[in-house]
Amino acid sequence: MDAANYLYLSALLFSIGAIGVVLRRNAIVVFMCIELMLNAANLSFVTFSRINGDLNGQVVAFFTMVVAACEVVVGLAIIVTIYRSRRSASVDDASLLRR
Amino acid sequence: MNEVALQVGQTAAPEALLFWILAPLTLIAALGMLLVRKAVHSAILMAFVMIALAIFYIAQDAPFLGIVQIVVYTGAVMMLFLFILMLVGVDSSDSLAETIRGLRPIAITAALGFGGLMVSLLSRATLGRSAVGLEAANSDGNVEAIARLLFSRYVWPFEVVSALLITAALGAMVLAHHHRIQERPTQRQLSIDRFRKDSLATAAGLAAPGVFARHNAVDVPALLPDGSPAPASINASLKARGDVLDSARFELGTVDTSADEEK
Amino acid sequence: MMMMTSTSIVYLIALPLAGAVILLLAGRRSDKWGHLLATALCASSFFVALYQLSLMFKRPSQERAVSQKLFEWISVGTFKIDAGLLLDQLSICFVLLITGVGSLIHIYSISYMAHDPDRRRFFAFLNLFIAAMLLLVLGDSYLNLYVGWEGVGLASYLLIGFWNEKPAYATASKKAFVMNRIGDMGLSFAIMIAFATMGTVSFIGVQAAVEQTSTLALTGIGIMLLVAAIGKSAQFPLQAWLGDAMAGPTPVSALIHAATMVTAGVYLITRSNFIFDAAPSAQLLVVIVGAITLMFGALIGTAKDDIKKALAASTMSQIGYMILCAGLGPVGYAFAIMHLLTHGFFKAGMFLGAGSVMHGMDDEVNMRKYGALRKVMPITFVTFGLGYLAILGIPPFAGFYSKDMIIETAFNAGGIKGIILGSVTLLGAGITAFYMTRVMILTFTGTPRWDEKAQPHESPWLMWLPMAILALGSLTSGYLLSSNDSLVKWLSPLFESHEEHHELLPPILVSALALVMVAIGVAVAFLKYSRREIDAVAPKNVSIFTRIAREDLMQDRLNEALFMRPGQELTKTLVKTDAVIIDGAVRGIGRLTIATALSLRGVQNGFVRSYAAFILIGALAMIVAIWVVVQ
Repeated sequence: MDAANYLYLSALLFSIGAIGVVLRRNAIVVFMCIELMLNAANLSFVTFSRINGDLNGQVVAFFTMVVAACEVVVGLAIIVTIYRSRRSASVDDASLLRR
Repeated sequence: MNEVALQVGQTAAPEALLFWILAPLTLIAALGMLLVRKAVHSAILMAFVMIALAIFYIAQDAPFLGIVQIVVYTGAVMMLFLFILMLVGVDSSDSLAETIRGLRPIAITAALGFGGLMVSLLSRATLGRSAVGLEAANSDGNVEAIARLLFSRYVWPFEVVSALLITAALGAMVLAHHHRIQERPTQRQLSIDRFRKDSLATAAGLAAPGVFARHNAVDVPALLPDGSPAPASINASLKARGDVLDSARFELGTVDTSADEEK
Repeated sequence: MMMMTSTSIVYLIALPLAGAVILLLAGRRSDKWGHLLATALCASSFFVALYQLSLMFKRPSQERAVSQKLFEWISVGTFKIDAGLLLDQLSICFVLLITGVGSLIHIYSISYMAHDPDRRRFFAFLNLFIAAMLLLVLGDSYLNLYVGWEGVGLASYLLIGFWNEKPAYATASKKAFVMNRIGDMGLSFAIMIAFATMGTVSFIGVQAAVEQTSTLALTGIGIMLLVAAIGKSAQFPLQAWLGDAMAGPTPVSALIHAATMVTAGVYLITRSNFIFDAAPSAQLLVVIVGAITLMFGALIGTAKDDIKKALAASTMSQIGYMILCAGLGPVGYAFAIMHLLTHGFFKAGMFLGAGSVMHGMDDEVNMRKYGALRKVMPITFVTFGLGYLAILGIPPFAGFYSKDMIIETAFNAGGIKGIILGSVTLLGAGITAFYMTRVMILTFTGTPRWDEKAQPHESPWLMWLPMAILALGSLTSGYLLSSNDSLVKWLSPLFESHEEHHELLPPILVSALALVMVAIGVAVAFLKYSRREIDAVAPKNVSIFTRIAREDLMQDRLNEALFMRPGQELTKTLVKTDAVIIDGAVRGIGRLTIATALSLRGVQNGFVRSYAAFILIGALAMIVAIWVVVQ
């Protein structure tokens, strides 16, 4: 099997995640889609690591995971805060900047 | 396909089998995540994708990352997601109708174009040399090899990332911390409020679910002394989820109060 | 040449500066003792100067100059300017004059300003002036000089407008300031040209670079320096401010507008002797300006009834002498300085005398209201009279030595130029004698023409003592400075050696001619004013010439017609241009921006998801670009 298949899979997962970020309104789902995009990128890193015979890609993927975890923690905290003040988890309702 | 240098050579048949079974399932799960209305279901599908990815990592000679993926994502992150879902959004199911005009076709076209072009580009890419596997790099074991890199070449980013983690934890605590705007009411104040503010009917407290009913489950409203159901006795979140049993089935007939009058 | 360094020059400036700072910061708290502190600090600065002079005497003449580096001021690449001081034979003359006369005037002012509620502020400004003037003469580069130059301009402005509650006085200070700005601009241009062509602005550096610099650049620098001198020293055509500057308290007129600040132009030209020596056309211009001004001032002086304005016109004329002499090249510098020093004594003395008269006459300045003050103010009469004899050039008074030298030098300039200049200076001496005699007669002799209310009286000793000392200076300074050519020899290391000049007229003949002119002037004045009664009100039906002279030879009208009116028209046009074209353009741009922004605002709809869509489109665009490149 061709290792490039993993890369195709990664590209498709990334695109699906992107669509989700744009189209879903529930902030938590949006967040999950962002995680999906990050994971797709990670898959590319791991695959390239294998293609190049070099572990640097895996290390970068590891760092990505840590950063993603941080992001989730802070992001979810923000969602909780917003929910507390506006009783809604929809990203469209957090549009104070509009006017 | 010999001129395509990304080709690592035909991997062993079990990996190919694994990929061709798991990859379509992953894609379907990801698409499902996009399409289901309930956030909880999205989360479950997401967890599936995560696990599938972990398996792919392990299959690609990255066992350490695979385990970390399962522990961090399916273990910690997904739990966190579910937790927050329970806190804020478990009652809502998204409407999939688009409210911003023109956004849906634009987004889908752009994303599909992006993915298609990516795939197209990848299929043409060449390295100009034959690819290598990870057998040599992992000769001392994958964990040891990554550890060697992490603590030598990447020790500075590693420390920075650890600082970031701590900062994120503190940030989350600060953000999620609830600032009390008013004074916490004292017992005395609560008691006074109960008698002065609302009707005397609730002065003794709301009825607990199941009281005077023929069923003592939490999703059954209490029956008031006159036999009518008391919706206030049910937890609001149960009501919002629609998990409330109709109390009509457990209602008593008209209460005969004549005996009391005789006394 | 390595110059000796000293660490004590800075005290000369620091002492009066400290006085100004303390008095201004302490405010009303120092009302009781402020004037004493200021006087003490100025006097101690004088003593430091005397000490420096004694040190200089001990050294051979080539090594008398000392310098002091204070701090590195500007350092840009190779361009370095230190805030440094230079005390040489020329500076010390000025330092002694400034601090000496300055101290006397401080003492005088204690009494003169005794009844003024703002006496402390006055002394603070006086100290500020002394400090700035010392910086002007002690700076070791044109830029340091410039700081002092602006400082004295500021002090002059503050002091002319000291009684700024009177609008006329405030206007006078503004006029002086604005006209000085023209000169200051000249100085800054001179510094810029010097820096552009020579790369340095220090006196030593410029002197060394003169050789390699083109005559054109040197002429440019020279003319610009002349413009600066014209502004500061009230020379033609920027002389109009000096008469109005008499609005300030009389001690100020004596110190700033007679003895020191207005001579800064002469200092600038003598200090830049190396430039003018190498730029003959600029030098010729200096002479012309000096000659015109000396006649101009003298003519104005004949018609003024205000005693201070008459003296101011005289100052203008005398500085014209100095400038003319300084323009005559190496032979003239030392004589210009000599006249400057003697003039500092006798003119300051006469101003103080005028102040004393005003003090006794309830601030009356019109000479037609004076008369016969000789009897009630004997000391003032004697001191003023000594100054009068000095300015006339009667031997052995100071003016005789210095002014005769100038006339002599003018005649010796050679050729037709020498004859013209000599005649002008001689004629000027005659007119000077006329108008000064007029002042004397109107003020001190004849019959009293005072108001009934006026009770003229002699001034207290604090006032007449400085006047007496200055009168003593008018009596002796000329002889002291010129006996044995002492000042010329003292200054000789600074200026290039005299070339042998041909003597057109023998010195004794020049002196005789000058004395004859003076005698004629005095005689005419006596005939005109002493023989008949003086009108208490200036007569109206006078000749056109008198009328012109009373109006400062139409200079104000000329300025108004030539500069002010066109300036106003230009300003009006510019305002209109600004409103229509500039503002129109600005508003147009604003409207365009608003219109564009309004049409683009739709993009900013506030929905996070649409922003995310834009990011996605951007990513797509990048991929497309890569794809196109790869194809």
